[in-house]
Amino acid sequence: MMQTATAPLPVPRSPLPAPLLAVTDLAVSYGAIRALHGISLTVNRGEIVTLIGGNGAGKTTTLRAISGLVKPAAGAIVYDGKSIAKQPPHEIVKLGLSHCPEGRGVFPQMSVAENLELGAYLRSDDAAIATDREKALDLFPRLRERLQQMAGTLSGGEQQMLAIARALLARPKLLLLDEPSLGLAPQIVQTIFRIIRDINEQGTTILLVEQNAHMALKVAHRAYVLEVGRIVMQGDAKELASSDEVRKAYLGAH
Amino acid sequence: MKTLAQHTKDVPASRAFRPAVVFLPWVACVAVAFAVQLVAPALFDDYWVNVLRRVGVFVIAAVSLNIVNGITGQFSMGHAGFMAIGSYIGASTTYTGSLLLHGSVGDDSFAVQGTMLMLGGLVAGACAAAGAGYLVGLPSLRLRGDYLAIVTLGFGEIIRVLLELTSKQVDTADGARANPFAAFFSFNGPTGFFGTPAYASNFWIWLFVAITCVVAYRLKRSSSGRAFLSIREDEIAARAMGIDLTKYKVRAFVLAAAFGGVAGALFSHTGVNPSPTDAGFQRSFDIIIMVVLGGLGSISGSVLAAILLVLLPEMLRGLQEYRLVLYAVLLIVMMLVRPQGLFGVKEVWDLWGAKRKARGGTP
Repeated sequence: MMQTATAPLPVPRSPLPAPLLAVTDLAVSYGAIRALHGISLTVNRGEIVTLIGGNGAGKTTTLRAISGLVKPAAGAIVYDGKSIAKQPPHEIVKLGLSHCPEGRGVFPQMSVAENLELGAYLRSDDAAIATDREKALDLFPRLRERLQQMAGTLSGGEQQMLAIARALLARPKLLLLDEPSLGLAPQIVQTIFRIIRDINEQGTTILLVEQNAHMALKVAHRAYVLEVGRIVMQGDAKELASSDEVRKAYLGAH
Repeated sequence: MKTLAQHTKDVPASRAFRPAVVFLPWVACVAVAFAVQLVAPALFDDYWVNVLRRVGVFVIAAVSLNIVNGITGQFSMGHAGFMAIGSYIGASTTYTGSLLLHGSVGDDSFAVQGTMLMLGGLVAGACAAAGAGYLVGLPSLRLRGDYLAIVTLGFGEIIRVLLELTSKQVDTADGARANPFAAFFSFNGPTGFFGTPAYASNFWIWLFVAITCVVAYRLKRSSSGRAFLSIREDEIAARAMGIDLTKYKVRAFVLAAAFGGVAGALFSHTGVNPSPTDAGFQRSFDIIIMVVLGGLGSISGSVLAAILLVLLPEMLRGLQEYRLVLYAVLLIVMMLVRPQGLFGVKEVWDLWGAKRKARGGTP
C-alpha cells in the first residue's frame, strides 16, 4: 500500500464506486511562487483522509484549491463526477462540498445562532436546516448553551466547534477541515477529533489537513504526506504512523 | 435581533404574508413625513425649518453610506461623488424639464407639476448614481482596505473635475428645445448649477429619510444583509460559506450609491446650488465621520450622528471654519475611547436588552 514518491506509482485502478473526490496533477501558484507542484489524491466515499506535513507544505493551499478559494494553475479536480477546478466557491458549496477554513474564521460580531444560519446560506429547505442544526448542536452541546453569545467571545475550542458545526449546516457530502487542532489545549483536541470521527460515522466524508500528525493518523483511514508542494508518501494511516520516516519527521520519535 | 431559534420555531409564520409587517413601516414613513412637515414650523422659525431639510439630506447620505462602509465593511470614500451625480441629474431634470414643458423655471402655479418633475429627478438621480456605483463597485472588488479607499476617493475627484468641465447652463426655453440633450448636461462648470426651484419640502425629505431607514434596516436583517455582514467579518469564511463576494459587494455599492443619489437630488431642490466641490473629498469626509461616529453598521447610530453633526456646526456658527479640526479631534477621541462608534453594529433600541442578554449568554 505504502510507497514513496520516488518509486513509480502503479496506475491507479479506480475501484468501482468512483471516488468522491479525485485531484490530478493539481498545481497552484501565488504570483511567481509555485505552492503546489502537481499533486494527485483521491478521497473515497465514507473515508477520512488526512493530509499531513510541516509549515508551508501546501496543505491549506490544497484545500483552498479544492473549494475554489484559489484558482489552480493546472490540474483537474473532479468531485462527485463533476469537474470543479474552474468553479467559483459558491457553486462548489452548492454541490455539497463544505470548507471549514484555517484559523476557524467564525464571524466574531455575530451570535453563534447567526453563524450557524450563515452555514446554511445557500439552502432554503427550512425544515431540513432546523433538523441539521439540531444534529450539529447535539454534536457540540456547548454551542447550544451559547447560542445567543457573540462568536468572538467564545474560547478557541468553542470557536473551532462552531466553525465545524457551521460547515456541517451546508449539509456537506465532503467536509474539508483545515487544522482543527490549531492552538487548542490537548484535551479539547481530543474532543474535537472524537467528534470528527462521529461526523464521519454519520456518513460525511472528510478530508482533514493537520500538523498534529499523531492525532490525524489515529483518526484517518488513509493519509498523504505533503512536503514543499509535493506528495512524498501515501497509504494506510496506521501503516504510515508506524513507518520510520513519518515517525522521525512528524511524530517526534528518534 | 431575531435569532435562528425563533426563525425555525415559526417557519410557516415567518414565510407567511403578514400585511401589518409588510405595509405598516411604509405607512409610518408617510406619517413621519407629515409630522415633520406640520410640526416643524410650529416649533422653529424659518431658518431652523430649513436646517431641518439639510439634516434630512445628511441622514439619508449617512445611512446609505453605512450600507457599504458599515454593514459590508468596504471603506468607500467617494460617497459625495454619488451624491453629486444625483444632485446634478436631479436638478437638471427639474430645471431643463421645466424649460421644455413650461418654458420657464419655478412657476409656482405649476407647483404640483414641479413636484412631479422633482420626483422624476430623484428617480433619474438615483439611477445615474446607481450606475456609477456599479462601475466603481466592479473594479473595487479586487481591492481591499486602503486601496479601495484611494480608488473611491479618486472617483469623487474625477466627478468633481468632470463637472467643472461642463458647459454653460442653458437658461432659455428656446435654447433647451434646440438641443435638449446638450441642455440637460450643461451643468455650468465650476460656478455651479443654479436656478433649481426648492421643491423639496420637509415632507419629501423626511419621507425619503424614513424610506431609506426602513430599507436599510430591513436590508441589514435580510438574507442579503447577513451576507454583507459576513463579508465585513471575514471574507474568506464568507466565501467558504458559499457567499458570492462579487454579487454582494456590487449590490452594496449600487444600493448605497442609489440612496446617495436620492440624497443629492433632494439637496439640490432645497435652494442650494450644487457645485463641483460638492463631489470632493471634504463632503465625503463629512459623511464618513457621521457613519463612524454612529457606529459602523448601526442604522440608528448613523441617523443620530448625522443629526448631531449637522446641528452642531449650526449652533456653533463661529466655529464653522474649525469644523475639520473638530472632526479630527472627535475621530481621535473616538478611536481611543470607543473604536466601534457610539453603537457599534447594534441599534439604539438593542442597548436596553443588552445587559440582560450578556448575563443570560454565559451561564
